[in-house]
Amino acid sequence: MSQAPTQPAPDPRRRKPVVPMLLDKSEPFVQTMIRLCGWSAILFVLAIFFFVFKEALPVLNDLDLGEFFTSDQWRPTSEVKEQFGIFALLAGTLSVTALAMLIAVPLGLGAAVYVSEFASPKVKESLKIIIELLAAIPSVVWGFIGMAVLAPIIKTQLGTSDGVNILNGGIILALMSIPIIVSVGEDALRAVPDSYREAAIALGASRWEVVAKVLFPAAKSGLLAAVLLGVGRAIGETMAVLMATGHKPMTPGSIFDPVQTLTATIAAELGEVFQGGTHYRVLFLIGIVLFVITFIVNLTADIVVKGIKGKTNE
Amino acid sequence: MPNLKKIVGIVALMVVSLGLIGCGEKKEKVSIKGSDTLVNLAQKWVEVYGAEHKDVAFEVGGGGSGVGIKGMMNGTVKMATASRAVKPKEAEAIKKKFGKDAMPHVVALDALAIYVHKDNPLNEISIDQLKGIYGKDRTITKWSQLGVTVKPDEISLWNRQNSSGTYAYFQKTVLGKNGEFTLDAKSASGSKEIVEAIETDISALGYSGMGYKTDGVKWLKVKKTADSPAVEPSEKTAQDKSYPVSRPLRIYTIGEPVGASKAFLDWVKSSGGQKIVKEMGYVRIGSDKKPS
Repeated sequence: MSQAPTQPAPDPRRRKPVVPMLLDKSEPFVQTMIRLCGWSAILFVLAIFFFVFKEALPVLNDLDLGEFFTSDQWRPTSEVKEQFGIFALLAGTLSVTALAMLIAVPLGLGAAVYVSEFASPKVKESLKIIIELLAAIPSVVWGFIGMAVLAPIIKTQLGTSDGVNILNGGIILALMSIPIIVSVGEDALRAVPDSYREAAIALGASRWEVVAKVLFPAAKSGLLAAVLLGVGRAIGETMAVLMATGHKPMTPGSIFDPVQTLTATIAAELGEVFQGGTHYRVLFLIGIVLFVITFIVNLTADIVVKGIKGKTNE
Repeated sequence: MPNLKKIVGIVALMVVSLGLIGCGEKKEKVSIKGSDTLVNLAQKWVEVYGAEHKDVAFEVGGGGSGVGIKGMMNGTVKMATASRAVKPKEAEAIKKKFGKDAMPHVVALDALAIYVHKDNPLNEISIDQLKGIYGKDRTITKWSQLGVTVKPDEISLWNRQNSSGTYAYFQKTVLGKNGEFTLDAKSASGSKEIVEAIETDISALGYSGMGYKTDGVKWLKVKKTADSPAVEPSEKTAQDKSYPVSRPLRIYTIGEPVGASKAFLDWVKSSGGQKIVKEMGYVRIGSDKKPS
């Protein structure tokens, strides 16, 4: 604008238009901002680590770690003798999560295959909306469904002494993880190029063969990510399991026994605990145990995904 | 569109600033937090009292006796509702920080009722039997041991989460000073949840405040010893202490209450506040106020 129209041959140094020039100038600023965003994510994680460890570590002086992991006596508020054994709680978390995954993975992946490969466009759209709706139900509501609806059914139909138990919690957690598995799994399947499908069909493969022998191997790492996100949801869930599993700190003998999970223990007890006391610190130590479990799950996943990638590259 | 946005923005700003002026000028803030047993009652008190005292902004919350007392320690809560006495550790921390003692004010009584499903044939239970059911040794695990036929025979036992004031009180009263709970019980994290769980479970047994009774559950009469009479939880039996599982519910303040807190507490203890106590299913303090 400022350049006079009478000047047909502009100075070569001035050739750049104004707006890109501004962009050029702002480039370092934008770069810094983006770098800051990236670093802040790491910083937050470190800060959380620092805080949790800071609160938990002092307890190691007067807590026998062996007893902590192997004792099933969880009596943190006892006035006779405080006991902090998380074996039963660990068993609770693992059993509920395992059952939930046993239900959710086949159902979730099956639904993902159906939505992505078999459903007509109309059905596909409505299914996707419904599944997203399922993901939007708050966990307290899930817990309430487990306690008020599912528990009486389990109790009367199966004749068990408890309606709130591993089975109940597992079903509720499965229902909560399925939407994640379906939507992430469906994305992974859709990302497989159509040329794969066409090639397989051209070779005379049936639809099932296309899914099992072409799509699954091609989308393996995406599907694994879907399953792992589901596991993460199940391990981390608090409110729903607190209500649906019965919250009983005993090592379960069957899937009809009520259990207490690590997350539910923190949720139920942290609110009223004496700040800075042993019980308080032990609850943070449980937080670290959960950290470690999640870390192991993620690490295994990473290794598995890398293994798969290595194979497909060959 | 931009105009509309502008107008909405200005209006919002006006509303917010008006609100701020209102707050800053005259409203005294009183936060009442703590016991889940007392939260409904406190809410109702504030509703009724607040309607006539618009100059005080009340804020009511639950979370448990410990939460209220903790809030009082760090200064966010002015009045802590509690279904248990302040622990020595907590009292010490408050004294150290504020230089004043935590003052208890008994504002209502609560009889802890023993709840079973409405179709359960059992009608009464003794403290010793409760001890056998809830105690560490678990001498009673089946309904047949109590002389009734329930299917399934296994008692589906409900406890409260181990940090609740109700849990601590029940432990002390039923199991004795050094009594330990069995771990073989499910736990509910609220007074209401425990009743909700029993409603849908024919073989369930649990304890909770009297105020939480619904049509789906019933109370058991409680006997102090095997030979003493079975007593139904009620206002009269809680006040004359013939019902063995009743307790005072308190509001704690730091030092003597002053100003709005004092006025509120005085009203709560007066017949006006106590009328609401009765309406909400709790027991009024002291039988000197004419019984009805």
